[in-house]
Amino acid sequence: MAEKTVSTNQIGLTRTDYRGEVSTLCPGCGHNTISVQIITACFEMNIPPEKIVKFSGIGCSSKSPTYFLSKSFGFNGLHGRMPSLALGAAFGDRQMKVVGVSGDGDTASIGIGQFKHLIRRNLPMVYIVENNGVYGLTKGQFSATAEMGLELKHQGMNPFMPIDIVKEALVGNASFVARSFAGDPKQVRELLKAALSHNGTSVIDIISPCVSFNDREDTLHSYQWGRQHEAPLHDISYVPTRRAIILDEFGEGSFKEVTLHDGSVVVLKKLEKEYDPTDKFQALKILEEGERDHYLVTGLIYVNPDQPSLYDFLNLTDEPLNRVKSDDLRPSPESLEAINQAMV
Amino acid sequence: MKKESEIGQMQAKAVNDFCMTVCTVNGSGSATANTTLLRAMFHMGIPVSGKNIFPSNIKGLPTWFSIRVSKDGYLARVAHDDIIVQMNSTTFTEDLDYNVPGGVIFYADHIAVPIHRDDVIAYPMPVKQLISEADVPRNLRDYMENMVYVGVVSQMLGIDLGVVHQVLLNQFTQKTSVAESNFAMVKLAADWARDNLEKQDRYFIESMPPLEDYIMTDGNTAGALGAIYGGFQFCGWYPITPASSLAESLNTFAPQLRQDPKTGRNTFAIVQAEDELASIGMAVGAGWAGIRSMTSTSGPGVSLMTEYMSLAYYAEVPLVLWDVQRVGPSTGLPTRTGQGDLNLTYFLGHGDTNQIILIPSTVNECFTFGWQAFDYAEEFQTPVIILSDLDLGMNQWMTRKFEYPNQPIQRGKILWEEDLENFGKEWGRYLDVDGDGIPYRTVMGNTHPKAPYFTRGTGHDEYGNYSEEPDVWVRVMDRIKAKIENAREKLPKPEIREVEGARIGLIGMGSTEPAFLEAQDKLKAVGIRCDYMRIRALPFSQEVGDFIHAHNVNYVVELNRDGQLNQILTIDYCHLTEKMVSLAFMDGLPMTADYIVNAVVERERK
Repeated sequence: MAEKTVSTNQIGLTRTDYRGEVSTLCPGCGHNTISVQIITACFEMNIPPEKIVKFSGIGCSSKSPTYFLSKSFGFNGLHGRMPSLALGAAFGDRQMKVVGVSGDGDTASIGIGQFKHLIRRNLPMVYIVENNGVYGLTKGQFSATAEMGLELKHQGMNPFMPIDIVKEALVGNASFVARSFAGDPKQVRELLKAALSHNGTSVIDIISPCVSFNDREDTLHSYQWGRQHEAPLHDISYVPTRRAIILDEFGEGSFKEVTLHDGSVVVLKKLEKEYDPTDKFQALKILEEGERDHYLVTGLIYVNPDQPSLYDFLNLTDEPLNRVKSDDLRPSPESLEAINQAMV
Repeated sequence: MKKESEIGQMQAKAVNDFCMTVCTVNGSGSATANTTLLRAMFHMGIPVSGKNIFPSNIKGLPTWFSIRVSKDGYLARVAHDDIIVQMNSTTFTEDLDYNVPGGVIFYADHIAVPIHRDDVIAYPMPVKQLISEADVPRNLRDYMENMVYVGVVSQMLGIDLGVVHQVLLNQFTQKTSVAESNFAMVKLAADWARDNLEKQDRYFIESMPPLEDYIMTDGNTAGALGAIYGGFQFCGWYPITPASSLAESLNTFAPQLRQDPKTGRNTFAIVQAEDELASIGMAVGAGWAGIRSMTSTSGPGVSLMTEYMSLAYYAEVPLVLWDVQRVGPSTGLPTRTGQGDLNLTYFLGHGDTNQIILIPSTVNECFTFGWQAFDYAEEFQTPVIILSDLDLGMNQWMTRKFEYPNQPIQRGKILWEEDLENFGKEWGRYLDVDGDGIPYRTVMGNTHPKAPYFTRGTGHDEYGNYSEEPDVWVRVMDRIKAKIENAREKLPKPEIREVEGARIGLIGMGSTEPAFLEAQDKLKAVGIRCDYMRIRALPFSQEVGDFIHAHNVNYVVELNRDGQLNQILTIDYCHLTEKMVSLAFMDGLPMTADYIVNAVVERERK
């Protein structure tokens, strides 16, 4: 592995250049870990911060985009409606890397419709769900991902079945579906890198414990449960385009590689059993198994690098739309005269 | 029963001055036939307007198409019919009651409903017989039945069959054979009428000098074309009557008009969203990212868009929202027209909000406001709402030719890398550098180190930083208010049509214009002189208050129950409240001149 002594990346920036403001979330919040991994992933991928744009909805998770990438444009939109905001904005300049941060309250309730439709359109962007099963900012109500039987202070017992964001993404024909755990930062980081390289909507559902309202050791979104029950599908490493892959550096074992649209490669080292993330049947099966046998399936659950994106249908100019000159936006006087003639 | 010849002689000949309503069944394909009649008369130089009164239904319910023919150029709806063309048995009796004494009914002779009026002239049309004579393929029979009335009516009124032929060819530019088979049916029916019907009635069409500077189209098409010439780059939309055809027209025209000539690639994107919550979200995102952004909807959609419009107002995001109004509250009358969204849109959003509104009253103005709206939105960095309505948006109108924009596209205060480098002043996204309330903005993709900022609907200071400071909140909100206030004199001014010696004012907006113009003349004829002011934008400019002040009484006439325009005028000109009288009325139908005349006369003669 590369030496950590290098203080600048290949475009001459330091990690500080990718930082944001000081987090105002609770100390120990899983979301802060994720912010750090976003910073690290972008730094290590040498992405200029001005080429990244951040979006979020409403909730604790949605506050976090100010805690990373201060040198990037960002827009904190409305509850559950980050997908539409990001989609419209992405048309301004399709070269931008779009990063959306949402939570379980934001995505699995009011936002479930926009989430599914974003996936359906396969807009190239990273869609992170910081999933803790609880509403933090409004102080501890159940979210739609809370497990049946969960007991919360002041709320009593949750009588309803949860919404599983990963399953929703999968049956919604998402082209990139991953789950991770804030207690597994290395995996979060590598998944983020793969997601940033994917040409489509990359959904990463990250179990991100809420230390204030939902971190009791026996509950599904807690640190302790996650640490004890996490079952990674593979040991994931992201390899950028330029580098020849020398599997030796990943140690002994059996590997699977997935080449993404931009030529980068995700190397998946086999752990307990074989897993092929391009097989949707297997993906659905492993999720059901995890649920039945009470373990937390993490890793790259499904990917289809070749699924067409929204842009593939729109025949857009290469030039960013927001830089097209005004003169090129207005058709000629002759064309209007022809229209007038046709309407006589 | 009186002899028909006697009835026809009761009144003088009426040339190019009557209303004809075609009564059909929805989904029977009568639109082509009705448009053919309308356009043929238009081609003959006669001022006409066509209004489709249709049900919220795809097939089977009654639908009416009224054509107003007016040599004097009055294009408003009238509440009676001189001529009825009856193809629908279910409304036969009821429709006949709208006929004026001495009026005419053309009816398909297979409709076995008795004619209960003895003061109208009835012409039977052997529709089925003519269809079988013409040997029309079975699958086209229902459709071709409509061409029978085109032929009979043309023959009996004097509509030039050569013009009808040309109009059909224009309508089926890609399918000449279809045009010809339609015309063959028209000709057969016209010949039958010539040989079998004796002209008994007093209605005639005669050619007039050509209407040279006029075209015929609908407001939604015009609005879409306006957007295309205004350089729209993004439209997120969701289907809703009566707005759908606006976005659909973008889809029709933009690919041919807005492809880069060198690469053949589009300089625009149109996305059909999953709902209006998403279409406005997309529009806000696109406007924020620095591309000319729009959405189109109607009242129920506007309700759903409210929260994002509140954010766009506060975060100062330019975008254009077309509200093609239908009748609310609730689902209301989805296929009828109204002006009931003024209060909703002017104050759209929670908290203190105040949106810029443009109100076109002609199809031509839908085009003009269609492009101007983008300039206003980007100049003032705020949403601009265009209030059209079903009558204007979906009906065919004769209108002045579209005029090419008289000024280049105005992008407002936007800073790219070089601009920011040479700015020379302190820059903050919400910093009022020029003292006009309008800050400078950068957009995503700008690589200047100072350019990025974080946009939010939460409290923010002049640099976009989160703030809950009371002083900061007041400062930012006051500046935004000042910005909108500064727009008053820059938005389209009201149009005023004066009558010499008038002490009474008539005030209206939007598609009721033809009714006002006609009412103004009719009132003058009965000795009531009125000036007329048509409001074209909110917030109001100086001229609006001046007009109200200059008249003893101002009648504010609008298509809603509560007098919403009057309410907003009352807020702005509370010292002139006594001079304003609301004559609002809403039943889902376009305004008539008679309503205005009667309402004004009633008050003036009290």
